[in-house]
Amino acid sequence: MFMKQIIDIKNVGKIYEGEKGLVNAIENFSMQVEEGDFVAIVGPSGCGKTTLLWGLTGLHNFTSGKAYVLEEEITKPRREVGIIFQQSNLLPWRTLIENIYFPLEIMKENINNYKDRIDELIEGVDLTGFNDSFPRELSGGMQQRASIVRALSYDPKILLMDEPFGALDAYTRDEMDTLLLEIWSKTKKTIVFVTHRIEEAVYLANKVYVMTARPGTNLALYNINLPRPRPEGITMEMAFFDIVADIKKTIVKDVQAKKEAGKYRSQEYSTIA
Amino acid sequence: MGSKDYDKELQDKIPDFKEKEEEIPSAGSFDISSATSAVTIHGWKQILGIISVAVIVIGSWELLVRIFNVPTFVLPSPSAIIRALILSLPNIYTDFLFTLAELVSGYVIGASIGLILAALLIQVPFLEKIITPYILLLITTPTIALVPLLMLRFGFNIGPRIMAVALAVGPMVMINSVTGFRRTDLAKVALAKSYGASTSQIFLKIRFPLALPMINVGLLVGGIFGLITAVGSDMVGGKMGLGNKLSYYGSLARMDAFFGVIILVAATGISIWILISWIGRKWASWKE
Ligand SMILES: Nc1ncnc2c1ncn2[C@@H]1O[C@H](COP(=O)(O)OP(=O)(O)O)[C@@H](O)[C@H]1O
Ligand SMILES: [Mg+2]
Repeated sequence: MFMKQIIDIKNVGKIYEGEKGLVNAIENFSMQVEEGDFVAIVGPSGCGKTTLLWGLTGLHNFTSGKAYVLEEEITKPRREVGIIFQQSNLLPWRTLIENIYFPLEIMKENINNYKDRIDELIEGVDLTGFNDSFPRELSGGMQQRASIVRALSYDPKILLMDEPFGALDAYTRDEMDTLLLEIWSKTKKTIVFVTHRIEEAVYLANKVYVMTARPGTNLALYNINLPRPRPEGITMEMAFFDIVADIKKTIVKDVQAKKEAGKYRSQEYSTIA
Repeated sequence: MGSKDYDKELQDKIPDFKEKEEEIPSAGSFDISSATSAVTIHGWKQILGIISVAVIVIGSWELLVRIFNVPTFVLPSPSAIIRALILSLPNIYTDFLFTLAELVSGYVIGASIGLILAALLIQVPFLEKIITPYILLLITTPTIALVPLLMLRFGFNIGPRIMAVALAVGPMVMINSVTGFRRTDLAKVALAKSYGASTSQIFLKIRFPLALPMINVGLLVGGIFGLITAVGSDMVGGKMGLGNKLSYYGSLARMDAFFGVIILVAATGISIWILISWIGRKWASWKE
């Protein structure tokens, strides 16, 4: 069966020129994503997940390797790729609806052509009636929902999400995960979802890429064959636990092997020559 | 990879969302909220309080001057001041308009140049570091000290006074605007870039709104500095302006008329403050 690789990254690496010297953030990381896929990337904090997504968005370059989106090498941000940041990143001087129109304004699109679409999206995330509210007047969950609508407003094919619900409390986070699955099945977007929570990754994704600690590189790839749509309560089923436990074991084994080889580095800032 | 296509600012940085951007303190800058809340009036109790203080102070001033029969040239009573102000109005309204014209033209020129220079300067961080000390120097040197020099060179008409006002307002607006523009929020810049924003779009839609509260502080403080300089320049030379009338009445020991002019100056200052902070609250204030 042939499927188009919508994202194809081959052995990418990124070395930061930090103030205290060079920092090797990611090394030799590869990943393939097919159209319509829901891929999750898990890894400990500081392993280079944000660095990877910024590279995929074209906000900064990789220092080694090749990265393609829609069969074109990434050299700058593209309309087909939208990113949702770690925090809602709404502009505080704009109302909710002005924030949602922001990408279209930057792209010099006629907003009228998108009004119906956006109204529908707003209704879908239950934000109707808040168009004229300022971000500070909304809860964290509402802000992040607004940022999802903003990202979907101009209909990008690919959605990159960087721990989007990390700042939310556990209840809101679970709600947002379910909402995201709904949006995904409706819009047929390709989603790359970054998180440090293994449960969240397994609940959401078809494929889970596991990264090592910094410098982040491929540790394992899991295909999650849980039913779709994911039934409510699946996170309490044995099948779900098994996969999560399996991933956790892999991570623990890797850390132990590195400790024994004396190669284990803790998460704090360390530099390479 | 074609790294030249990438933006230098984002090249080796990703924002740390956990920590707030640290505020960069700067000379002549302060928090807009404290500036505008000074004229925010909450409820009738505060209004009543403010009015009663005025009534008590002015009342006892009037009373004491009358009881002790203080001569007008030492300290005029409030009623004498008001009477003198009303009587001298036909004489001084042209001076008032003159000073106002001085202030408004100098302010518009100075503020525009200050704002434009700030916007340009911030593009070249190295240049900014070199020029900022000189701007500080301009702020700390009372511009009035330059007025005799300007008048010697450009005559005693309105020209040199406008220059003096512009010189007082410009640096104040500039240094605060630079502080505002420096307040870059990497995450917001990245957001705009992810939609393909151009440099000018990023300036207009991210950097400028981010800087607006600080620009407003500059405009506010600049307005008061401008007024001080305008009145001060009038005192230095020439035959027109409110400051000129201050010197005139002072030399004649006409303290009632003298204080009348001071009331006019103070009223102008308060109007400027209220107007600019109102504009600021309407257009240039946002909170995270
Ligand atoms: N500008 C920088 N200079 C030096 N090191 C950096 C810089 N930005 C990030 N890093 C380091 O790169 C690593 C990866 O960061 P990041 O991509 O934010 O990880 P994650 O998103 O997985 O938490 C971290 O260890 C971080 O300290
Ligand atoms: Mg991160």
